[in-house]
Amino acid sequence: MNTTWSRFNIASLVFGFAFLYLPIVLLVVFSFNESRLVTVWAGFSTKWYVSLFHNQSFIDAAWVTIRVGLVSATVATILGTLGALAMTRYTRFRGRLLFSAMIYAPLVMPEVITGLSMLLLFVAIGFDRGLWTMILAHITFSMCFVAVVVQSRLVTFDRSLEEAAMDLGATPVTTFFKVTLPVILPAVVSGWMLAFTLSLDDLVISSFTSGPGATTLPMRIYSQVRLGVTPEINAACTILIAIVAVGVIIASIANKRREVQKARDEQAAARN
Amino acid sequence: MQNLISSIASRLVIAVPYLWLLIFFLIPFVIVFKISLSEVAMAIPPYTPVFNLSAGWQAFADNFSQFSWDNYIWLLEDPLYYKAYISSVIIAAVSTVLTLIVGYPIAYGMARAPATIRPTLLMLVILPFWTSFLIRVYAWIGILKPEGLLNQFLMWAHVIDTPLNILNTNTAVFIGIVYSYLPFLVLPIYSALEKMDYSLVEAAEDLGCPPILAFWKITFRLSMPGVIAGCFLVFIPAVGEFVIPDLLGGSQTLMIGKTLWNEFFSNRDWPVSSAVAVILLLLLVVPIVLFQRAEARAQESEK
Repeated sequence: MNTTWSRFNIASLVFGFAFLYLPIVLLVVFSFNESRLVTVWAGFSTKWYVSLFHNQSFIDAAWVTIRVGLVSATVATILGTLGALAMTRYTRFRGRLLFSAMIYAPLVMPEVITGLSMLLLFVAIGFDRGLWTMILAHITFSMCFVAVVVQSRLVTFDRSLEEAAMDLGATPVTTFFKVTLPVILPAVVSGWMLAFTLSLDDLVISSFTSGPGATTLPMRIYSQVRLGVTPEINAACTILIAIVAVGVIIASIANKRREVQKARDEQAAARN
Repeated sequence: MQNLISSIASRLVIAVPYLWLLIFFLIPFVIVFKISLSEVAMAIPPYTPVFNLSAGWQAFADNFSQFSWDNYIWLLEDPLYYKAYISSVIIAAVSTVLTLIVGYPIAYGMARAPATIRPTLLMLVILPFWTSFLIRVYAWIGILKPEGLLNQFLMWAHVIDTPLNILNTNTAVFIGIVYSYLPFLVLPIYSALEKMDYSLVEAAEDLGCPPILAFWKITFRLSMPGVIAGCFLVFIPAVGEFVIPDLLGGSQTLMIGKTLWNEFFSNRDWPVSSAVAVILLLLLVVPIVLFQRAEARAQESEK
């Protein structure tokens, strides 16, 4: 298999990755542009970042975004993990078909439909729109992504570990926390990160479900973009990209360390 | 006692996410359907009749008689709406095919890469997906606009003399959808190709099968589950896409997500936007069910 990595394969990868990365790289580069024009290079400057940090509406929006992201990702991870357990461990229960449909449908559901339907629910039950309605909406769509990520780890899980723990007298609840959770933890953590970035990104569902006073960063950026492209937006986007990139890099380093440690432990165990 | 706790715990594992999704995912659709049968009103909330069980069954039944299919008749009579539906489906279908043409060689190249660098390549495909959708669409505005970077580059290279008008056309929408949804298509195809036994192709070639035919008859056939899942992951959300046609498309770009957004936020006509959503959902029910079945089947085969 390794011998036939043809020139065509390499070329398609180079073009593919250029297509994926060039727009983002250009966006970041032009956030450091001296000129007000986003497309003509006029020298290096960080003045757009300075002006961004003096823009109170951007800072307020950033705080709202982070609060919504942290709360919704955490609740979505708990609910999504439960959902994944229900899907893999209980193959027969009443309404399982409906349950799996409700887990998969939000993954592809157009956001305008999800946003509108959530909003109409909140109006129907008389829930004032604001930060909390937005959090509830974010939990609902991101828990399904968490469920799918955790589920893919659970199906390859060696059930005999759990059986051993229970044979030794552990209750199912203890078994879950002492055996199952540590094994599926990487999937749970990446589920949390996915839920957090989905929440950080969302524009459409947030626009429908938020109320006065709860404006997120994407909503702020969107209303600015409609007025025109400015280096300030580029700077805001660059900060968001940097936050996510740092998070992903830390997670992958931690993952690598854990793998190396595991390999070392296994070697040590084999020697003994 | 122990047994009681564990049986309660196992019930909660199912019940909690189940109830959450019922309340926040399924019931809202019922409400959307109900409001699509209402009439617009100058009130808060801006529709009538308002659903109110506390007024008793009689009032509820009276409300029922006020329901009308007027909004749906309105959608059928105004060509704007069905044109928007048709053009959304066409734009989504064309973009899905384009994404497949761009994405398949990438997935194939990744699957054929040396095993040591495959995790890195995988990471490189996933990484852009972590950056905001809005940001990635926004990045293309600076590239595609008349005085943008693409035109500057092409004029500098003397390929063209006058700037191309790409921004605010359907071409820009295609580019935006292909770009934004590419990872959704590459990943399932890659995971199908990676599991494939390549000696099958070698055997076919040894027996005199031309490489292109071997690719088509073996590699592509075996990657079909990934292709199907990927295409659904692109097509279904693209039909209802709002951000891309709004920022990259022009006034002639008709897409139903944009229509729904405008009905709701500009015209404040909640009943009509609900009716638009109901029809969009009906349009997508078949692909969604097919997608869900394909996913469930893939999940079963993993076990």
